[in-house]
Amino acid sequence: MADTRTVERRSAAERPLSPHLQIYKPTLTMMMSIVHRITGGALYFGMLLVAWWLIAASSPNGYARFQWFASSWIGRLILFGYTWALIHHMLGGVRHLIWDTGRGFGPNEREWLVAANLIGSIALTLLLWIFVLLTMGVS
Amino acid sequence: MSGPAHIRTPLARVRGYGSAKSGTEHFWRQRLTAVANIPLTIAAVIIMIMLMGRNQAATAQILGSPTVAIILMLFVISNVVHMKIGMQVIIEDYVHEDSSKLTLLMANTFFCWAVGAVAIYALLKTSFGL
Repeated sequence: MADTRTVERRSAAERPLSPHLQIYKPTLTMMMSIVHRITGGALYFGMLLVAWWLIAASSPNGYARFQWFASSWIGRLILFGYTWALIHHMLGGVRHLIWDTGRGFGPNEREWLVAANLIGSIALTLLLWIFVLLTMGVS
Repeated sequence: MSGPAHIRTPLARVRGYGSAKSGTEHFWRQRLTAVANIPLTIAAVIIMIMLMGRNQAATAQILGSPTVAIILMLFVISNVVHMKIGMQVIIEDYVHEDSSKLTLLMANTFFCWAVGAVAIYALLKTSFGL
């Protein structure tokens, strides 16, 4: 009895650990799963910008500072990234909602879905910014 | 020694309860807010684009109008709930040490409530012209 337990304990200790991400060949679906989480994390902190904007707009003081930030090159860069993260996470969310219904898991379907997610988010972000910069006449 | 007839613990049998039937609460709420976020975020982005380049007085006037303020409040609430659950899942996936996990889970809740409170307060202030 005691012998059996010792053997069991040793075999438990030497059991291989479950392999983690780096052991697998990266695939597009895997990368897009990680990107969905990263964009979600970025949007989490992006909500601070929304709160700042709303607070700044609520009183005469401080709105100029927000506008200065939003039109500075670093502000524009952050807002551009925010736009892409938002659209990407939203399209990724739609993809997950489709998957929740049990559809779209075929080998071609899932590849098509993630490719559409990535291409769609980049295209929509660029179109939105081109539209905004053209209509606003901002250089 | 013969094994137990089933895997329920004696305590569970004494209490006579089954599952709390609330195991899917977060799963469901994450999808509910995900669906709500789609129209609300599109509306919020359109509002933000419309307000670009306007001065504070004009911005506040539009932000304080009932339709815009209500849409933005719903946008903030739905997003903050979605954010809180999402970050909780990330923390639970990567942080396994009890004290840091609990600290981060509390910080996550505090952050989401604080950001939500600031945004809602600002919208109410603008709406009521305080």
